[in-house]
Amino acid sequence: MDLAEVKRIGALARLDLGEEETAAMSDQLTRILDYVAQLEALDTTGVEPTTHPVTLGEAFRDDAVRPSLPTEAALANAPATDGASFIVPRIL
Amino acid sequence: MEYETVIGLEVHTQLKTKSKIFCGCSTTFGAPPNSHTCPVCLGMPGVLPVLNREVVTCAIKLGLATRCTVNRSSRWARKNYFYPDLPKAYQISQYEAPICEHGYVEADLESGETRRIGLTRIHMEEDAGKNVHGAADDDHSYVDLNRAGVPLLEIVSEPDIRSSEEATAYLKRLRSIVRYLGISDGNMEEGSFRCDANVSIRPMGSDTFGTRAEVKNLNSFRHVAHAIDYEARRQARLLAQGKEVVQETRLWNTAEGKTYSMRSKEEAHDYRYFPDPDLVPLEISEQWIEAVRATLPELPADKEQRFVVEYGLPPQDAATLVASHHLADYFETVAGAVKEAKRAANWVLGELLAVLNKLGISVEESPVEAAALAALIRLIEEETISGKIAKSVFEKMVATGKAPAAIVEEEGLVQVADPEALRPIIQQVFDDNPTQLAQYQAGKTKLMGFFVGQTMRATGGKANPALVNKLLREMLPEPTAPADGG
Amino acid sequence: MAADSDLARLTLHEARDRVTAGEVTSAELTEACVARIEEVEGSVHAFAHRTTDEALAQAAARDAARPDPLPPLWGLPIAVKDNICTQGLPTTCGSKLLANFRPVYDSFVARRLEEAGAVILGKANMDEFAMGSSCENSALGPTHNPHDLERVPGGSSGGSAAAVAADECLAALGSDTGGSIRQPACFCGVVGLKPTYGRVSRNGLVAFASSLDQIGPLTKDARDAALLLGVIAGHDPDDSTSACQPVPNYEAALEAEVAGLTIGIPKEYFGGGLDPAVEEAVRAAIATYESLGATTVEVSLPHTEQAVATYYLVATAEASSNLGRFDGIRYGVRQEGKDLLDVYKRTREEGFGAEVKRRIMLGTFALSAGYYDAYYGKAMAVRTLIRNDFDAAFGQCDLLLTPTAPTPPFRLGEKLDDPLTMYLSDIFTIAVSLAGLPAVSFPTGTTAAGLPLGAQLIGRHFDEARLLAMVHAFEATGQGRPLPAL
Repeated sequence: MDLAEVKRIGALARLDLGEEETAAMSDQLTRILDYVAQLEALDTTGVEPTTHPVTLGEAFRDDAVRPSLPTEAALANAPATDGASFIVPRIL
Repeated sequence: MEYETVIGLEVHTQLKTKSKIFCGCSTTFGAPPNSHTCPVCLGMPGVLPVLNREVVTCAIKLGLATRCTVNRSSRWARKNYFYPDLPKAYQISQYEAPICEHGYVEADLESGETRRIGLTRIHMEEDAGKNVHGAADDDHSYVDLNRAGVPLLEIVSEPDIRSSEEATAYLKRLRSIVRYLGISDGNMEEGSFRCDANVSIRPMGSDTFGTRAEVKNLNSFRHVAHAIDYEARRQARLLAQGKEVVQETRLWNTAEGKTYSMRSKEEAHDYRYFPDPDLVPLEISEQWIEAVRATLPELPADKEQRFVVEYGLPPQDAATLVASHHLADYFETVAGAVKEAKRAANWVLGELLAVLNKLGISVEESPVEAAALAALIRLIEEETISGKIAKSVFEKMVATGKAPAAIVEEEGLVQVADPEALRPIIQQVFDDNPTQLAQYQAGKTKLMGFFVGQTMRATGGKANPALVNKLLREMLPEPTAPADGG
Repeated sequence: MAADSDLARLTLHEARDRVTAGEVTSAELTEACVARIEEVEGSVHAFAHRTTDEALAQAAARDAARPDPLPPLWGLPIAVKDNICTQGLPTTCGSKLLANFRPVYDSFVARRLEEAGAVILGKANMDEFAMGSSCENSALGPTHNPHDLERVPGGSSGGSAAAVAADECLAALGSDTGGSIRQPACFCGVVGLKPTYGRVSRNGLVAFASSLDQIGPLTKDARDAALLLGVIAGHDPDDSTSACQPVPNYEAALEAEVAGLTIGIPKEYFGGGLDPAVEEAVRAAIATYESLGATTVEVSLPHTEQAVATYYLVATAEASSNLGRFDGIRYGVRQEGKDLLDVYKRTREEGFGAEVKRRIMLGTFALSAGYYDAYYGKAMAVRTLIRNDFDAAFGQCDLLLTPTAPTPPFRLGEKLDDPLTMYLSDIFTIAVSLAGLPAVSFPTGTTAAGLPLGAQLIGRHFDEARLLAMVHAFEATGQGRPLPAL
């Protein structure tokens, strides 16, 4: 994974990687990708993907209203609020 | 060069479930910001979604109503992107295996023609919250997550639509369907029925697609139509200048009546869809589908056809009546209580709709109930009042809410249908108008209308017009000369 | 009253029996653990947050009101890994980004602990967001192995394992995604069980890789694990991946016979790179089971070599999406910036540690347009092959016995600069996670230098009771956990 690719993925993941970090990341991720490339050798034609290892759960809930959180609790951990909403820098 | 416009529409319709799609928070509108939130819809660390069964039932309903295949097995996917109104930084949606596919909607055009618009897919997903931007001098936005997690159905049409008129007809029919099914308010202005349009043009006769622009921010049928027409013109202008249409997202600006590119500086969208591991694959039994099918109401297209066959209505009238199932129900209540359904249709489509439009209200809020309108029409049918009197009685019903019989009684509007009462009145008309009588006798038979009018006026409009005609023919002298038509 | 530090050395079930008999109080047990924490925590650093005051108050309350019958963990002090949400108590996941986070809701297991009457002594240290195999990736500093302070306790549940090993608590909860309970249990000489995927609700466990994560017990012996698993296992309607399977009485099942069982020995787990001391200990465990009447058979798990690669694609892809929510808007430590995008990027850049960023990058890449099929898609298919391997092996045997980790605990800092080598230290635990199987690591003695060694038993889905009975039988031959010299 070259530097440009690391920067592209970093932007997608919203990480502000510095120059040194980008270089280290490029080096480490390249080695990891070289390692995982061994999977290419396996023939997986017609093999169904496993998205869930075990599916014995209950898929549904009934359409019933449960109490919401008090607004103070909803906002309790937020870095910036006006007591009603979460505040962010103006969205352009 | 002459171009053809090719349009595909993506509609998001909010479902009227009690609770959100993946948590128990209420879906009601208008609550104070963030008061309908819980750890799940706030995307707190560690929370998990659990699917609201009713959302699936709604999707099956719409799928069956639009002749889709309801997939017995479908999957949930995460659509990843960062935005303050998206608490988990992914939207739970469906991607590779949506719940419904390959259906169609039949839309009626002004010309009376019906167009079949294919549906690519219908899938379920969660709505995002709302970012409210501060005043111009405030460099903050405010995030309200009450709407985050409200269930949506996204309905994606095939690029089968060829004009803004067809687009509007399709949207109106689709909205009728979701309203008939009772799954959504279908209100565009309030955002419970939202539409994005993919618009491209191609030389007439070509069978390859041109590059499309996706137009967003369309919050009324009128805006959809205007935006499509604008986009088609803009693209034709570009091609005429030898330029190319760029594939992009454009925003409709209502005030200016134009679309604007919303290309951002950021990287192109890469949503990194993948199966959501938190939700098990959705398996739908045949019994479930059949149970939902059994609850389906009569849908607009079927109702329209039945109105034509059963009541002998012209297709256009039937189409107008079925646009809203409330209006259709109103009509059927009236029609069932009177002799002539056609007369009921004329009253509903004429007098009633005029009043509703004038007052800006829906038929559910009509000041005249169906039973009252039926009573009024029966007064005409029983020849108690004339059609003309009936119109003024209707106006009074609207204004006062009184029953038609009471108005007729109070105002003494009962029709004069007794020949013995009318004969002297007609004789008086003859006596008062000797000149016309003489002209009639001389062959000017067109004056028949004059005598009808004079007699009606003499009775204050209460005379039975048919009887007046009959008596006049008896009492008027035989014309002595052949009719001169003069 | 001076705390009786011997009380901290009790197993969970011994303490339970004494509390039930009225021989010891919750306050005495809690004070003993607190005293032990004060004694050794300076060198071990097993806790991310100590909740001493809350714990002592809770213990007093437990002593003041003893229900009849006494719930299973009444008054027993336990540590909880710091990625398990505990309402009002810090839950930082070992991350700078969540340094100030206090959940507004309790995880399912925290509620179960409360209902069972447990006392929460504190939150155990861990690799940030459970990403690591050494507990060195914690923003709060590393945890040290109580058996050798120069060495790592394993990870990511290193704090939980070290706290149990050092008798700072009677038992602990950890979480396991690719070995995060079993490998630290092995390194610290305690019992660590990763239940079947879906056996324990993930609700309230801060997600790393949703299709792999499971909460499980780290304990001093098999009976303790049975006791604790019995409390936390079971269906949770708020986690649709939690299984609706009935929960057996694990403690009652401990006495099940070993004789007659067939133990599979996967040949791929005994190749090059396996430390001789580890191999010797596993071979000795095999001999012990044979002496108890079990038969052993060599089996093959052909895709073992691909498990690490598969895991690092599946787990990082899911993690990249799961960690999107840490954006500094609704919770967490926000870094201010010149605009919204800047806030996102700086918050995440400064809040996450190097390993977390590396995995987010890898996962984002594996899901991104153009790479999905080659990486994530491929890994999902290989995951199926790995599952099939186990299905085939279980056709020949009742359970599998393998080493837990290829080496004894390594030195702090030894593998920090080499992520790939660090990943490979999970080689024997990862395939089990991909297949969603239950597995337990149990102590099998020490190296000549006194470093703990362990072995792993792997069962069929939901076969936890048999695994614990096997460990119990092993312990009954006089081979218990090694005690640290602290």
